Amino acid sequence: MQMRDFVVRFAGEGGQGVVTSAEGLAQSSTQVGYHALTFATFPSQILGGPTWTQARISVDPVLAPGDDVDVLVAFNQDAYDAHRQEVREDGVVVYNSAEFEPEGDSRSYGLPFEELARSTGNNRAANMVIMGALAHLINMPQENLISFVEERFNRGRAEDAQVIKSNIEALNLGRSHMAASDFSLGELAPPVMPSYQQLMIKGNEAVCIGAMAAGLDFYVGYPISPATPILLYMERNLVGKDRLAYQVSSEIEAITGIIGAGYAGKRAMTATSGPGVSLMSEGLGLAWIAEIPLVVVNVQRGGPATGLPTKTEQSDLFGCMYPAHGDVRLPIIAAGTVEECFYGAAKALEWAERYQGPVILLSEMSLAERSQNIRKPDLSQVKQAKRLTYTGDNGYRRYAGNELSPMPIPGSPGAYVANGSEHDDMGDTTHLAERHVQMTERRFGKIKLLEEDDYERDQPENSIAVMSWGGSKGPSREAYDKLKESGLPVSWYYTMFLNPLPPKLLEELKKKDLVIVPELNYQGQFSSILRSMGVKAESITQYTGLPFKARTLVEKITDMTNACLKETVGV
Amino acid sequence: MSKKNPEYDFKWCPGCGDFGVRRALELAMIDRLEETGDRMENNVVVAGIGCSGNLVHLLEGNQPYGIHGIHGRSLPIAMGVKMAQPNLNVVVVAGDGDFLSIGGEHIGPQAARNLNICAVIMDNGVYGLTKGQSSPTTLQGKITSSTPFGKLETKTNPLELYLTLGVSFIASGFSGQPRPLSQLIRRGMEHKGFSIVHVQSPCTTYNDTFMELKGDLANGIQPTIWDIPEDHDISDREAAHGLLQQPGVPIGVIYHDTVRPSLDQNVVGTWEKARPKTVEQLMGAFEF
Repeated sequence: MQMRDFVVRFAGEGGQGVVTSAEGLAQSSTQVGYHALTFATFPSQILGGPTWTQARISVDPVLAPGDDVDVLVAFNQDAYDAHRQEVREDGVVVYNSAEFEPEGDSRSYGLPFEELARSTGNNRAANMVIMGALAHLINMPQENLISFVEERFNRGRAEDAQVIKSNIEALNLGRSHMAASDFSLGELAPPVMPSYQQLMIKGNEAVCIGAMAAGLDFYVGYPISPATPILLYMERNLVGKDRLAYQVSSEIEAITGIIGAGYAGKRAMTATSGPGVSLMSEGLGLAWIAEIPLVVVNVQRGGPATGLPTKTEQSDLFGCMYPAHGDVRLPIIAAGTVEECFYGAAKALEWAERYQGPVILLSEMSLAERSQNIRKPDLSQVKQAKRLTYTGDNGYRRYAGNELSPMPIPGSPGAYVANGSEHDDMGDTTHLAERHVQMTERRFGKIKLLEEDDYERDQPENSIAVMSWGGSKGPSREAYDKLKESGLPVSWYYTMFLNPLPPKLLEELKKKDLVIVPELNYQGQFSSILRSMGVKAESITQYTGLPFKARTLVEKITDMTNACLKETVGV
Repeated sequence: MSKKNPEYDFKWCPGCGDFGVRRALELAMIDRLEETGDRMENNVVVAGIGCSGNLVHLLEGNQPYGIHGIHGRSLPIAMGVKMAQPNLNVVVVAGDGDFLSIGGEHIGPQAARNLNICAVIMDNGVYGLTKGQSSPTTLQGKITSSTPFGKLETKTNPLELYLTLGVSFIASGFSGQPRPLSQLIRRGMEHKGFSIVHVQSPCTTYNDTFMELKGDLANGIQPTIWDIPEDHDISDREAAHGLLQQPGVPIGVIYHDTVRPSLDQNVVGTWEKARPKTVEQLMGAFEF
């Protein structure tokens, strides 16, 4: 039987090639036309520690890491013990026989990864041995892998030929050794090479390039998992005249630094994770009241305080929509796929300049570290972030009126005080009640400028809807597609724009009997916000530090839908 | 400008030292504009929170740009402004509570960066706007509204702190001498790097040290301020350190490092090594 989908989990100790093996497999598969994504969790330590990465290879586009593991590659006993039960019933375990022998496991087969690699004269080819073994299990043509090796190790160096030769030898060894077992999982259906140009890229990298595509020119940040790769990428690429990427000494410096830069005319951004957002709270309030454009990317991790630095969760929605004291509700864009990391970042920059205030882009650990093949973004679809700037003379009243007004930039006439105290139209501090009323309404009114009716929907005629947000989009969509096929009467809605919600979407949701919101937090944060807007929303929550499995969602959505239908009929 | 602004209701108390500092800052900015031909719109005053921060609303005449932000964060805000537009003349105005207590964590990093801005610090040894609590520069043992049994901690010596942290231009001034103070601020603005002009600016309501500082020779009170001798070598860290061991408050330039490049200069230095790429080229690295 042909498989359309294949999930391998690599588990072992940090530094054993767990990540490179998974990414290598994903990359080689996409090169021949498969779709692939990886899911990684890391230990929060520099060297070693238990780590695992999962690669999903599919004939069709996929957005979730996959429910069941077809093959577990276990580098040591601990990894085997921890992950064995995740392997589907007729799946296979490939283990490093130089390290351990599992007891009484008829679906396992041992290979001495390193020893086989050494026999090719290339100690670093162990992951090729593994890839060869996997290729046997799914009957993948060897030439696919060979062409990947040839491309990957062709670096214009004298030793290239030797390296390529040893890697191919390692592939062949892995394949022939695995063939000696009786195991085969069938054949992965042949790939269909997409007709468009693709990128193999991680969420964090996509955020960087998306922001730069919209015109980012100022970035400061502070290292924090899992957002650090954004800082590092920016420091290497947002370089040269009139651009700056720079590491500052805290998240407080990061937010206030981009406040200064945004005030001085730059399209400014920082990226952080939950603890950093907490420290930025007061600064976000300042940007809101003083009307200064900037973007904060929150690559969410799990838990409060230090929490779970290397796990995934969607628990910062409240904290980001209401980050500060004193009547503040920030615009939020939540990326749900690696592709949306690109377009979401570009849109966040554009929004910030459009309404002259702070915008939050939510990403999450599972997207940030996910390698995925995506359609190469179309730059002609990206709107440049542009600010309405003041070009008149001195004596300008920056905060006059109830609507967005042109913003003066230092260096040009129109001096004013950007004030974090409540202020009058020229920016001086005031305590008059009517001013606070005017300015509060002005600030909230500007958010309307961001309303865009851009959302996904399917089978809108059904009165029960599934609407996930952020990275739960992948497993939710997979579940929805299965339910649709089985005839369950539910509709699908999705948007990156959590605040302001697309107005037409909100209208549609308000008419539903039930909106089911899968989200990775305890409180059901998004459904609670939807309920406050008059939508009958209920969450499916999970707070394990891991993404949803589509199967879990299929079950829960079915139950909730049937219960709701019964109730409606009963009435 | 608040003088003609009926909505703005903040006032300094009569005799507040901050009046003198405001005058000195206005003079320094005007002198600078006249001498360099620069325009006022290229000046940005970043204010802390407290009595001193209100200076940004109380400046008279031709107005610079201003930011009146949040407590303790004037330095990193100023960093953002300066690094966004290195040609701007960026001045921080803040008090001892804002700058040395809640904002103390930001002084070291700016000193290490040698951020090219000038900070004018109004030190009155008390939290005035919140009505008389102790600050880092309140004397140990002093009874204030927040230290009913006397302040338990020692007084911070800000000038020593700046020198230790590596601030590259350090001057000490007195609000009662606006003209000489304006000259110190002017030199701080001209300095290519992080300059702090630390000003004794007494609070006439909660900690009136005016007479102590200035002295009253007719009544036999010796001033605690004293002019730094002309032969003090301002490029000599050891000499600066020695100066600060003497009792009283030295007035003048304490230390000036003219060698170390500023952060914006170092950034320009990276442009040679940097290879900026177009977005298309950046995506190209991920194509397959």
